[in-house]
Amino acid sequence: MMLVILAALVWCGGWWVNARLANGPQSDSRGVQLLVPVIFGVTLLLVWQLLVKGLQIPMVILPSPVDIAVAFGANLSKLWQDFLQTFVKGALSGYVMGCSAAFLMAIVMDRSDFLRRGLLPVGNFVAALPIVGTAPILVMWFGFDWHSKAAVVVVMVFFPVLVNTVAGLRETSAMQRDLMQTYAASYWQSFFKLRLPAALPFVFNGLKISTTLALVGAIVAEFFGSPTVGMGFRISTSVGKLSLDMVWAEIVVAALAGSMFYGAVAMVEKILTFWHPSQRG
Amino acid sequence: MKTLIAVLTVLAVIIAFWYAACLPMNIKGVLTQAERAGAEVVPVGAKERRDLGEIGLVLGNQFAIAATWSQDRPRLPAPHQVAVELWKTTGAMVLKGKPMSKRSLIFHGWVTLSATLLGFAMGTGLGILLAVGIVHSKVMDMSVMPWAIVSQTIPIIALAPMIIVVLYSVGVQGILPKAIISAYLSFFPVVVGMVKGLRSPDAMQLDLLRTYNASANQGFWALRLPASMPYLFTSLKIGIAASLVGAIVGELPTGAVAGLGARLLGGSYYGQTVQIWSALFAAAILAACLVALLGVIERVVLKRMGMSA
Repeated sequence: MMLVILAALVWCGGWWVNARLANGPQSDSRGVQLLVPVIFGVTLLLVWQLLVKGLQIPMVILPSPVDIAVAFGANLSKLWQDFLQTFVKGALSGYVMGCSAAFLMAIVMDRSDFLRRGLLPVGNFVAALPIVGTAPILVMWFGFDWHSKAAVVVVMVFFPVLVNTVAGLRETSAMQRDLMQTYAASYWQSFFKLRLPAALPFVFNGLKISTTLALVGAIVAEFFGSPTVGMGFRISTSVGKLSLDMVWAEIVVAALAGSMFYGAVAMVEKILTFWHPSQRG
Repeated sequence: MKTLIAVLTVLAVIIAFWYAACLPMNIKGVLTQAERAGAEVVPVGAKERRDLGEIGLVLGNQFAIAATWSQDRPRLPAPHQVAVELWKTTGAMVLKGKPMSKRSLIFHGWVTLSATLLGFAMGTGLGILLAVGIVHSKVMDMSVMPWAIVSQTIPIIALAPMIIVVLYSVGVQGILPKAIISAYLSFFPVVVGMVKGLRSPDAMQLDLLRTYNASANQGFWALRLPASMPYLFTSLKIGIAASLVGAIVGELPTGAVAGLGARLLGGSYYGQTVQIWSALFAAAILAACLVALLGVIERVVLKRMGMSA
């Protein structure tokens, strides 16, 4: 009971500190903007730990953060292999293939008005469909190893990137395109100097959406058959063994990998689209 | 009109390509069957056929082309096979008077749809509440928003089996675990869209309300909430598609026996490709209908509010 009361106190204390920081005079400084979410996260972890111990929740239902950290530390090599199999081999290779295919397709569609008219509604439609469902078919075609996972990822990331890139390539105004024409710029000159830079914010929007989709696709595909390694495989077998601390350790890996992947793409975006209003602030 | 012709052309090309792709995908199975039935197959023996490659097999055995479109368990079913299966498990069941039979896709679709709708309602409600909190409280904005973004990088499927186990052990099972997964997926687009929408009134409009001496509460109901509607509907359309994916994915690790996800998994276990494809198309049609329905509601609501473009 003591621990539960302590948890409530920690929560109130964390919130009080955050409220002071956020409404204080320093609230716009960079340090505070980083500190506030960190304090919130740490408070959440502390409350979780205290509640699990205080209410004596069995590990089968919800392991405490310390249990998860212990499982994480004890299985580092296993987790690393799962990470390599699912993220590097499955998600990343599929992401690169799917995004470059979508990008090239978007350029072709941009050159042909007929194709754009015909393919864009179809692409928009397919982008909203539950593409994860193709996983069993693709696993059947490409086998149990990472190739089928990469194939699922290719299909999943293709349409968001395609739709966004096509929209981005239309972004320039008629005036800007006319200006390029008066300079006698060829298609490719105006493409690289004007339309591609203008399209980049849209392209990166698609690329950022796709980072999460890639990881989800690779993990879901492993539920339909996988070698004895991989994050999806480990999650489904660990749930079967009721070792929930291992499941959570995999989730931590997935969250870290997903956040870092997203962060990396966002960083490249920041470098390439430094001129855009949303980046200048 | 021009767009319609272009779309139809693209669709026709896709279907033609699909029929053509059936040839190399299915030819090996067809030839094996034909050989067992006593027909003359050009390279005799499975080993020679494996070395020849699919295109060569198709060219050498043109009598088998029709058979690649009508196999029982093809690697790639032909479009009409999927259409027939879809009709057999929906329309034909209705005509027989058993629309809710376990073999009917209407039954499985409804199981998934009910979880989707429940999850969508929960996710949307929670998302709107959180967005209101974020807009009104700087503390929430600064502490919750970054974590809401990070939470989206966690692939939900990783949480799905655990949510099921946790809820099962406290006695909750059935529709609710799936609904929670789809709520989680639809919640984020709603939060982001709603925050953006509630902040969309510009300084001039806010100043006007201040000159009217409007309270924060009045400002919320009269200005911020109506201004956020177009943003809300855009995110609802994304959210409902995500909800459906969540419900389907939620059926995978639970060993569910009903629902479109269970049909996918069952079809994959027993090699029933036609069943997988028809479940996939049912899910696609369901998603398209839900998004279209929201589009209609959006048009009606915005028109009543005098905002339709």
